[in-house]
Amino acid sequence: MTRESGMIYALCFVLFMVGLYCVVVKKNLVKIVLGLAIMEYAVNLFLILIGYRKDGIAPIIDGATDAKTFAAASVDPLPQALVLTSIVIGLGVLTLMVALCIRLYERYGTFDITQIRRLRG
Amino acid sequence: MSIIPLFVAIPLASAFLIPMFSKRIRVFSDIFANVTTFILCVMSLGVIGRNAVYTVGLWKPPVGIAMALDGWSVLLLVTVNSISFCATVFSIKYMEQYTSKLRYYSLFLLMVAGMNGVVLSGDLFNLYVFLEIASIASYALVGFGCQHDELEASFKYLVLGSVASTFILLGVAVGYSLTGTLNMADISARLPHDSSTFIFMASCFILGFGLKAALVPFHAWLPDAHPSAPAPISAMLSGVLIKAIGVYALIRLIFNIFGLTPVLSHILLFFGTASMVIGVFLAIGQWDMKRLFAYHSISQIGYVMLGFGLATPLGILGAIFHLMNHAVFKGLLFLTAGSVEYNIHTRQLEEMGGLRERMPVTGFTSLVASMSIAGIPPLNGFWSKLIIIIACVQSGHYIFGLWAAFVSLMTLASFLKVQKFAFFGELKEHNKGVREVPVGMCLSMMILALLCVGMGLLLVPSVRAQLLDPAVASLLRGTEYAAWILSKG
Amino acid sequence: MKGMSLIVKTVTRWIKGFIFLFGIYIVLTGHLSPGGGFAGGVILASSFILLTLAFGKEVALSKLSKNMASELDSIGALMFLTIALLGMCCGGAFFVNFLHRSHPGEAFRLLSAGNIMLYNIAIGIKVGASLFMVFVIISAIKVVLKDDAMKMIRHK
Repeated sequence: MTRESGMIYALCFVLFMVGLYCVVVKKNLVKIVLGLAIMEYAVNLFLILIGYRKDGIAPIIDGATDAKTFAAASVDPLPQALVLTSIVIGLGVLTLMVALCIRLYERYGTFDITQIRRLRG
Repeated sequence: MSIIPLFVAIPLASAFLIPMFSKRIRVFSDIFANVTTFILCVMSLGVIGRNAVYTVGLWKPPVGIAMALDGWSVLLLVTVNSISFCATVFSIKYMEQYTSKLRYYSLFLLMVAGMNGVVLSGDLFNLYVFLEIASIASYALVGFGCQHDELEASFKYLVLGSVASTFILLGVAVGYSLTGTLNMADISARLPHDSSTFIFMASCFILGFGLKAALVPFHAWLPDAHPSAPAPISAMLSGVLIKAIGVYALIRLIFNIFGLTPVLSHILLFFGTASMVIGVFLAIGQWDMKRLFAYHSISQIGYVMLGFGLATPLGILGAIFHLMNHAVFKGLLFLTAGSVEYNIHTRQLEEMGGLRERMPVTGFTSLVASMSIAGIPPLNGFWSKLIIIIACVQSGHYIFGLWAAFVSLMTLASFLKVQKFAFFGELKEHNKGVREVPVGMCLSMMILALLCVGMGLLLVPSVRAQLLDPAVASLLRGTEYAAWILSKG
Repeated sequence: MKGMSLIVKTVTRWIKGFIFLFGIYIVLTGHLSPGGGFAGGVILASSFILLTLAFGKEVALSKLSKNMASELDSIGALMFLTIALLGMCCGGAFFVNFLHRSHPGEAFRLLSAGNIMLYNIAIGIKVGASLFMVFVIISAIKVVLKDDAMKMIRHK
């Protein structure tokens, strides 16, 4: 691993931590949702970086190229498929979260989690 | 032709057929959902004792996606599908209180599909996808009532559940970067055990699945989420969901993929004992019936983890057996709590009392379940706890055995409290008009109560060889799991 | 006046069909170029969402009612599952690409990947319908400022 690529992975991790910080510390429901989204995207970015190769070619193989040289030159397509799936799942979760936020606002009249605490003990 | 993928396909299909066809004919959704879960239940009983690897789309592992059926998956399949059948029978009348029954059944069946998928998957990313299907359906089901408490609990569960899922996805990503494959068997074969990246990946998984299984440092969402859901869903969540997507996946990873090391074993022992003890202490002071049961779920999952952490054949047998037993008696307890709530519209123990005279079936089944969870001899809970304690003593972990016995006493105390305040004692004036719940609800409670009484028979050697022994064997073979899948594929 | 200004309405009237067409194109060529069922479905949904934004909800719902969208949602999922199960009958395993096995097409042609295109169509229908539903349902609630406090109003 070269120095630059290590740097990118580290930045990915920082982004993940920013999201986690947001989820743990913020008091506003919408900000918590945003924090979760940031965490999700950090992991997606990490997955894409795993498959990335500098000056790589698109992972489409035709009969002319042989598998060995192709594998050495192309980017890894699998993480891209994984990220697509994880984006779809993220969309589902995000939708549900936003719907819940709206419902909570209807019931409690606030987005502040310190005031939404009926359940305790 | 193998029926393995049908465990996922059938509930998925009926989840989408129900909203299409039952808009006009209302009874259709009840019949259809019950028939589906019944078929699944029969199918799961049919695969007992079988071992198979299924290649999806005829792509051989490690390239293609594999579905693997071994003793440990069969055990979970049987548990998930039988409890879900009882829960749907219970829902027919119970869910009349809520408005949209169609969506309820849709979400319910999606959750079942997700859990069956998690249990059968032999591919790490597929496991994550099925886990998310089951989790998203359960988030929506917890908030199904759309009242203040339900929404708050659902949001809390959703946030912590999503954090857990993100950590699991991070673990999958790190695992892929480390080994270049997603097939669980192949990962296990290629994993470098001494690298620091491996430790990072393992801790991501333990954190994620620990959150899903509500082990003690990560348990905060469970006592809110489980009581807020409708009763059949509480039974499903406490009974099987935390086991299928939490305990099953964690144990599969630790035993068959990572290979059990002393460090991992101590982590399991620590989490197990902490959950067991702290859960029961938090439970005993509760006055909300379902909340008390929910804290006991944490405590009982602690027993299961303790058994696995011992890593002796007897310990694993006890843990697996306790996992099944807990699904049955905790499911039953939540269903009885649901019947009480159905009649008197409260969960507070102070407002109950003497319900035994008015609701004989509920009272009796609840007594059976309470005695079973507390470990009174002929019932199933006694045998599994006994096995776990004996295993503790046998492997020299006397302290843990002592804690287990002590927690059992505390459990007895808190369930005596439930029985005393809810079902025995003076009948309150405002509860005089209470009647027994409808037949369907009674039926599903009776089935589970019968299971509570009869499940001790699973330990008879010839029966044990069918269900429990293969499960223990499939965990004990450790990382040879990889060789088995790759050779079969 | 319901909806947005005249300029937006006119432009929307011109381009909504093209957006829809582009969505169909992305769905159909998902196995050859970037895109596929999900991306195409999102574009399909976005043409309806544009309609909602420009003309108001009634116009969009008259083209695709909530009931219809919900049916399409289920139909898409069932179609996907049916094709996967057909693989079990015709090809021998779940998700087998049985069309490609019996009629292998020439590479990089529209009809070359067998079942993949059918899967993409099913996903496109499902994603398009359900994303539109999500937008309509969430937009049923509107936040307005009233006496210096945010207030939510539910449209029916």
